[in-house]
Amino acid sequence: MLNLPDPKRLLGEDRADGSIYSDPDLYDMEMDRIFMHNWIWVAHKSDLPEPGDFITTFVGSHPVIVSRDRKGAVHVMLNRCRHRAATVCELKHGKTASFVCPYHGWAYGLDGALRGVPHQDGYTGQLDKSKLPLVALRVEEYNGLIFATFDKEIMSLDAWLGRAKPWIDLFMKQGAGWPVKTMGEHKFTFPGNWKIQLENTTDAYHFPIVHKSFLDSVDQETQNTFDFVGGAGFVEDLGHGHSVMVMIPELVDLDEGLDAPIPERFTELATELAKDYPDEQVRKIVRAVGGSGFNLNLFPNLACSMAFFRVLRPLSVMETEIRHIAIGMDGGPDIANEVRLRLHEHFQGPMGFGTPDDAEAWDRVQRGSLAGKDISILLNRGIGHEAQREDGNLFSDVSAETGMRAAYKQWLVAMTEEVGE
Amino acid sequence: MSITLEDAVALITLEADMLDHGDFHDWLKLYTPDGRYVVPIDPNAEDFEKVLNYAYDDAEMREKRVVRLLSGRSISAAPPARTVRLLSRYRMMDSSETSCTLRCAQMLQELRQGRVHDYAANLNYRLEMTNDGLKIALKVVRLLISTEALTAVSYIL
Repeated sequence: MLNLPDPKRLLGEDRADGSIYSDPDLYDMEMDRIFMHNWIWVAHKSDLPEPGDFITTFVGSHPVIVSRDRKGAVHVMLNRCRHRAATVCELKHGKTASFVCPYHGWAYGLDGALRGVPHQDGYTGQLDKSKLPLVALRVEEYNGLIFATFDKEIMSLDAWLGRAKPWIDLFMKQGAGWPVKTMGEHKFTFPGNWKIQLENTTDAYHFPIVHKSFLDSVDQETQNTFDFVGGAGFVEDLGHGHSVMVMIPELVDLDEGLDAPIPERFTELATELAKDYPDEQVRKIVRAVGGSGFNLNLFPNLACSMAFFRVLRPLSVMETEIRHIAIGMDGGPDIANEVRLRLHEHFQGPMGFGTPDDAEAWDRVQRGSLAGKDISILLNRGIGHEAQREDGNLFSDVSAETGMRAAYKQWLVAMTEEVGE
Repeated sequence: MSITLEDAVALITLEADMLDHGDFHDWLKLYTPDGRYVVPIDPNAEDFEKVLNYAYDDAEMREKRVVRLLSGRSISAAPPARTVRLLSRYRMMDSSETSCTLRCAQMLQELRQGRVHDYAANLNYRLEMTNDGLKIALKVVRLLISTEALTAVSYIL
């Protein structure tokens, strides 16, 4: 390899060189070593509930199809015909029995098997269909979250998620007893490197500054709930680059605290729900509608962020796509799911009261980081009072940069270890 | 007499002018109290309350949006993006004495942070005759790129 950047020289324990946001060679390394050799989130199981359902998405820069076959198994396959490489599907989602290449009509099953080749006699016996399925990625699932990877050697998803798993289970309590389902998404790009967004989901420090105008738009009780910097929350390194940032400790376990008073902004919903549900269930639904009190950052591309999924996709070294996927209760009351949609619209997406201000801050980081050379980005907040839990997890206060340090530690592991190790 | 195309176009042209020139408080008065400003994602959505939209604003949310735009406390709107929009291709879909449905095209160009963005959209209006004259009961902005990735839009389409 010639003149590849040396990631070790760019990252210290408490800082990183500004060029990590703009070096195109480093980006190419990331797209290979991180996005082709780690578990990448591709779908929630509710995106393809029935046999024959599929979506198209990306693993890093690679277009893939995620499909559910007739037996219910999920497949993640490159969206590339084995003949002349044309994509075999351009729909974002749908239901089908097969994927037929539009160029010469090669037809693949839901499991990617090559089923039909028009005028096959033209190959005079030199085409073995069994050797030409759509190229399959490894796929594994945890609590409804479906991940895929190109790497046949890396550890199981279960081991990879490790100490993050209990937090995923807590996050899914937003189903209030029903399964969690996705309910649409906001998708937008910002002109900056993907790691700026990765950092943001574990950055409580910015909230009262960047989101002043959002806080102005909610009632006093909600403002108090979101006044968490300096509060009892914490950030904890969960290993493998994952971290959790607990902003509102009393909203960690949504099955607890059901006798707490119902927030003013949900009293109307509670009154409506009381017509159809007993008091305890009303409280459980209302609590779930408000969302979890934490952001779970899963390296490298998913966050279970309070009340939605945040998915990032690098488009180029200085452009990133973000999806904010709304979630709700699959089978739960429509009025409660509609309140969730309105809350999502209020903060998230390109026209929300929160996201555009985040995007502006990320844009500024990218542009500012191009000023000068050999100047560090600081990642040392909260390091002085960082401590260790019994299980070994490092933790610090809610506005500490412990989660960023966790992500960059894993970034360095991925960028420097021999592939397949 | 049914609401005329001329009267309907006069109202929505006034709206476009107010939005481009930052007359947001006056803009709020163009809507009926239960009016809605909607920017859907799904091009086929009709029952907006049941689906995720970019914006689904009742009077309260419209007012909050205006406060946010003018507060100087939102970094993406301080200063707000500058916009120029053109409305055209008007078609009255139905009209009576009390209300009408109008469809038209909107081409909008935005400038912010030295970058220009273009947004083409089909606009669907439901206008109602009130004691205070013709008002907007529903404005649906169907962006051509609604299903694609947008960039931050900290203004009113």
